[in-house]
Amino acid sequence: MATPVQPTFEEPRGAASGAPPIITFRGVNKAFGKNHIYENLDLDVYRGEVLTILGGSGMGKSVTLKMLIRLLEVDSGSVTAFGEEVTTMSGKQLLGLRRRIAMLFQGAALFDSLNVAQNIRYPLIEHNWGTRGEQDKRVTEVLEMVGMPGIEKLRPSELSGGMKKRVGLARSIAVQPEVILYDEPTTGLDPLNVRRINGLILRLQEQLGVTSVVVTHDMDSCMTVSDRIAFLYERRMSFVGTLAEAKAAEFPPLEEFLQGGRGTLDDDAAALLAEEGVNA
Amino acid sequence: MNQVLLLLGHIGAVARLTGRTFSEMLKPPYEFPLLVDQMDQAGLGSWSIAVLTALFTGAVMAIQFAVGLEPYGASLYTGKLVSLGIVKELGPTLTAVLVGGRVGAGFTAEIGSMNVTEQVDAISALGADPVRKLVVPRVLACLVMLPLLTLLADFVGLFGGMLVTMDEVGITWRFYVDQVIDTIDVGDLMHGLSKSLFFGYFISIIGCYVGLNTRGGTEGVGQATTRTVVAISITVLVSNFMLTKLFFTLAGG
Repeated sequence: MATPVQPTFEEPRGAASGAPPIITFRGVNKAFGKNHIYENLDLDVYRGEVLTILGGSGMGKSVTLKMLIRLLEVDSGSVTAFGEEVTTMSGKQLLGLRRRIAMLFQGAALFDSLNVAQNIRYPLIEHNWGTRGEQDKRVTEVLEMVGMPGIEKLRPSELSGGMKKRVGLARSIAVQPEVILYDEPTTGLDPLNVRRINGLILRLQEQLGVTSVVVTHDMDSCMTVSDRIAFLYERRMSFVGTLAEAKAAEFPPLEEFLQGGRGTLDDDAAALLAEEGVNA
Repeated sequence: MNQVLLLLGHIGAVARLTGRTFSEMLKPPYEFPLLVDQMDQAGLGSWSIAVLTALFTGAVMAIQFAVGLEPYGASLYTGKLVSLGIVKELGPTLTAVLVGGRVGAGFTAEIGSMNVTEQVDAISALGADPVRKLVVPRVLACLVMLPLLTLLADFVGLFGGMLVTMDEVGITWRFYVDQVIDTIDVGDLMHGLSKSLFFGYFISIIGCYVGLNTRGGTEGVGQATTRTVVAISITVLVSNFMLTKLFFTLAGG
């Protein structure tokens, strides 16, 4: 790869650095119709960290990400990014924000009508990034970064789920964002691709100093990539802390979640096997 | 009562989308490739159904008038009636209903699937505006193409009428053409074409609006597409009456 590898962080990063958070949620409320998903939600994200938002399905984890770049509006409360209030930003400010904060969507959300190169060039064109030649070079560069060189001409329909995610990630990092939001980055992928994506999240953080907010319910992935964990439970971030703190926390819903239901599953399976054994 | 409120809500939302669409339409940079693409898909792709419908509509009108007028000895006037009917009513309206079904459903299906796969969100997230990228080119394409398709349908409909009139009434093509030119003036032609401009707007804005509000996966896309076809057909037929009344009032007739 062309970019030289340089350790960006000599000093403690994230919450431990003592610097103020770059992203804050304060007293955020959100409801879809009668379904209240957030009540008085608070959250901080610090520069350079990987923060994972955990929570059950359908609890609105990804809504946090979408509120941050105003794909969804808050009902009330404040969201700030880099010290500026997001909820009242003008169109132009929002454009600037979306250059600094990129998002990888759950299904990658590649444009079906465009090929891989055109997909990756899309944000470059919208943000007036470089000349046409520089854009082409950047496309090649980011495809190499995600380990898929030479697939510029392929259409999204020709890619597997894992490849789509990686092209989606290439598209997200094309404009060199400072923060990347990952919505269920490993859901539905085979173990090899899960490892690749986890590796990419870590590499982007370590080599480029990117701050990451990951929404997932994949516990293995969470354990691999996270510096800190925020646990969405009962419409707010009921627990926020480092991985070690989370493991030590005495908070039954989180404990259950961190075990990934393994204990109970094993128990269930054992019971089932025992029953079958008896029947046989 | 709830349904009325729901309908009013949709009308309000469509009005807001219209406002945004037209204000974005005027702002450079203009997305010509997207516009050309839509004009090709929506307009040129629809010419065959417009022609086929118009040909047989003109023909069937001619049969009805030729036979219906015969007891009064007025069959010779068939050409006059057919040309007025085609140019002012059936040309614009039938073209709008058929092309609207095809094009509007296409818009909803395309934008709706993009919506449920988060591609519309992705457009915003990547620094672009979905209204500029998706709605503006489609509305513009329909505003340009619907009048053109209607003009084509008018000519083909008149031609269909001519063939049947020559056969049923036994007049020459020259007599028919003279009759048409005698009957139709520029005002009549513009009456039909102005209506088609409104129909083009209704077709595109409804198709896009329903697409942008599609929820519920692939099943949702199917339902949304059906809703679009129904909404467009009804809107075209109801607004046709109102527009006709309005134009006559404006013309002082």
